[in-house]
Amino acid sequence: MSSRAAGTSVKQSIVVEAPIEHAFKVFTEGFGRFKPAEHNILAVPIAETVFEPRVGGYLYDRGIDGSQCRWARVLAYEPPNRVLLSWNINPRWQIESDPDKVSEWEVRFMAETAQRTRVEIEHRKLERHGEGWESVHDGVAGDQGWPLYLRRFADLFVSPGNHPN
Amino acid sequence: MTYATSGWTALGDATRHAIFELLVEHPRSVGELALVLPVSRPAVSQHLKVLKGAGLVIDTPAGKQRIYRVDPDGLACLRAELDQFWRKALKAYKMAVEQSPEESK
Repeated sequence: MSSRAAGTSVKQSIVVEAPIEHAFKVFTEGFGRFKPAEHNILAVPIAETVFEPRVGGYLYDRGIDGSQCRWARVLAYEPPNRVLLSWNINPRWQIESDPDKVSEWEVRFMAETAQRTRVEIEHRKLERHGEGWESVHDGVAGDQGWPLYLRRFADLFVSPGNHPN
Repeated sequence: MTYATSGWTALGDATRHAIFELLVEHPRSVGELALVLPVSRPAVSQHLKVLKGAGLVIDTPAGKQRIYRVDPDGLACLRAELDQFWRKALKAYKMAVEQSPEESK
């Protein structure tokens, strides 16, 4: 696995021992199986994560009480080579409804052999979230605004090996 | 071409994580950080250099010292967070895809 982050995008890639069709299928249909568990902005635990396999469809979480969180929209769906989605979560961990303020992430699948596939993710246009950051920073300087979010952000990096307790 | 140190790597160290958290609370100088941390001033300076290199904190001169604060544009933080998100997702994805049986072709 490799990682590179620069400017306003994040890029990562991984090689999996699977044919390209299977790699694509698991990534889309099985997104809920590998999505990091802390990534949930519903008020309740997630019952399932659904990837609607068509342009205009959504990637959404459905809570155990039936509530939904549509946090990504499918912009391109080209099995087994590529998908492109929006990222509709603003830096305050709320759903962003303004289409001008969402970033996008592209996933590309490349067959290295018949049984091996490289998967590349590029999450880009992060600067589109920028205005949200500024307004939070300027307008909500109290404990519930920017500092709270940063603390949540910092908590993501705590792993059991790093802390004595 | 490559980014010197990603936010994730920079915050992977427990001391740097603690420094970052302290700066989230409010801006501080090297001396103020060293007072509340179990490490020396030179060590704090070294850690701040890494955090600064990763674009997570910025510093401004104030008299004879420098005041460090979390980068207010937040983009570095968002980037570091997403970097972490995709790193974890891809690692789990690899396990999922290699463990699940293929359907008949």
